[in-house]
Amino acid sequence: MHPGIFEQPETFTGRYHQMKIEGRVWKFGDDVDTDLIIPARYCNTSDGAQLARHVFADSRPDFAGAVSAGDVVVAGRNFGCGSSREHAPLALKEAGIRAVIARSFARIFYRNAFNIGLPLLESGEAVDRIRDGEKISVDLSTGKIEDRTNHQTFRTDPVPDFMRELIRTGGLVDHVKRNKLKKKTVRRSR
Amino acid sequence: MAMTITEKILAAHSGRKSVSPGDLVEVRVDLAFAHDFTAPLAIQVFEETGAEKVFNRNRIALVADHFVPNKDIASAQQAKRMREFARKHRIRHYYEVGEAGIGHVILPEKGLVVPGMVVIGADSHTCAYGALGAFSTGVGSTDLGAVMATGEIWLKVPPTIRLEYTGKRRRWVTGKDLILYTIGRIGVEGALYSTMEFAGPVVRDLPMYQRFAMTNMAVEAGAKNGIMEPDEKTLAWVKGRSGLKPRVFRGDPDAACAKVIPIDVNAIEPQVAFPSSPANDRPLSAVGKVPLDQVFIGSCTNGWLEDLRDAARILKGKKAARGLRLIVIPGSPWILKEAVKEGILETFLEAGAVIGPPCCGPCLGGHMGVLAEGERALATTNRNFVGRMGHPKSEVYLSNPYVAAASAVMGRIAGPDEL
Repeated sequence: MHPGIFEQPETFTGRYHQMKIEGRVWKFGDDVDTDLIIPARYCNTSDGAQLARHVFADSRPDFAGAVSAGDVVVAGRNFGCGSSREHAPLALKEAGIRAVIARSFARIFYRNAFNIGLPLLESGEAVDRIRDGEKISVDLSTGKIEDRTNHQTFRTDPVPDFMRELIRTGGLVDHVKRNKLKKKTVRRSR
Repeated sequence: MAMTITEKILAAHSGRKSVSPGDLVEVRVDLAFAHDFTAPLAIQVFEETGAEKVFNRNRIALVADHFVPNKDIASAQQAKRMREFARKHRIRHYYEVGEAGIGHVILPEKGLVVPGMVVIGADSHTCAYGALGAFSTGVGSTDLGAVMATGEIWLKVPPTIRLEYTGKRRRWVTGKDLILYTIGRIGVEGALYSTMEFAGPVVRDLPMYQRFAMTNMAVEAGAKNGIMEPDEKTLAWVKGRSGLKPRVFRGDPDAACAKVIPIDVNAIEPQVAFPSSPANDRPLSAVGKVPLDQVFIGSCTNGWLEDLRDAARILKGKKAARGLRLIVIPGSPWILKEAVKEGILETFLEAGAVIGPPCCGPCLGGHMGVLAEGERALATTNRNFVGRMGHPKSEVYLSNPYVAAASAVMGRIAGPDEL
């Protein structure tokens, strides 16, 4: 294995993120694109709190006002397709969303979400059975999704180890800080 | 081991003899790109990593193209943030209003991308450079911030879907129509996480600008990258533009593909994608009567000089329909200048068009042609999502420049043969 990004960091000093999540479900359909998550006209800022105010502004205007910390988005196929704007996962995370469960994810969104510490899970079964407004809990380390309203349990692949490290430590920034740049400094000083 | 072109490029950039789909590899980046919309967040990430220097000031391109000339105070702040970063780190390829056009046009035009490179851009349409036989893909700002600090990125080697186009293109059928047709056929996640490798005699027959239109839209089928094997046309195109040495990778004939999709183009008509998905395409003959409020010709998909020539050929001596707003935005200052010299701009102006400064324009509903509630536009762009060009209750249709120009004259979606 090529050394580097897959090496285990020795210590964790970053912002720890929860592996267990509990909250209300916000249900969406297929092909939710990043323009729907946050329209481009609100993306002339990188400020998370401001972005969070406009999340789903056009498609679900009640969302930003009613979402609370710990909530989960459940959606169909190809969630996060379209523009690469990281403003989309950032707006969701800042609004309080702690995980997104979907049948599948668009690839840039997938990277972006983990890079900023927003975990994603794929489960067609959970998407079929979980309804809007229900209470669910999610365990990222085991991939267990529990529907607290209808007392159903779904099992999906847990978040991959490498991704889990990203979430645990708060995302790619801390990872780079801890591993890559330190490594470079060492290399340079030799 | 037999490898595809994408696998060969990724192997060469990760110091391996070979790679297979699914391998996680750390890849050396030849060029990193961001624009005024995504750079500020990437810069914030770069600074948070504690990096003091960019990995290589010659290998980063920052282009102001989305909300410029600054459309409001917030956008001006964003552009300023990028400018100050570019100055501080002496970023060699920093382009702003006056020199800047659409990043995905400027970068190939200035010879910053050549065959065999790995290009990572904080923009989903970064996949466009695959037309040059480079591996290029879009990422978010955090990835890009990390690339600016380290010059590396982790990537999962994608499986390859090979699309083989054969037959003879009909009149008015361009690369744009082939890609719209393809996305319609395989769906918006038909190539999810995969490489779309465009091949076959029809692709080799396409001029470079139409090849770019195809790879540009690979992301609309969910692909990680779109790619074409470089040929004489590619090398001729790059020659004279670039001091960089092309590195031509060719796929092995026995390389494993996840899927091979043959596409016979004989029966393909010009395509129109209906709202609100690039996969929602129909052949021109099945469009029906769709009256329009606006036609936009431009964008990273169809903002090349040849695209403008194609549109001007249709518009020559004609007028846009009364009440229809025709907006034309050249992809770069060089294209604008050439269009002036060739008299193309005069054709547009006489047709009643308004010419915008080289930038992304109304493609993403930022400015220069935002739609009101209930309005309908035909655009040569790449996305027609809900609210993409303005009000959530406005509609966007996608087509090639010939159809866009003819539609402007007719005031409804129409092909050049109807004029």
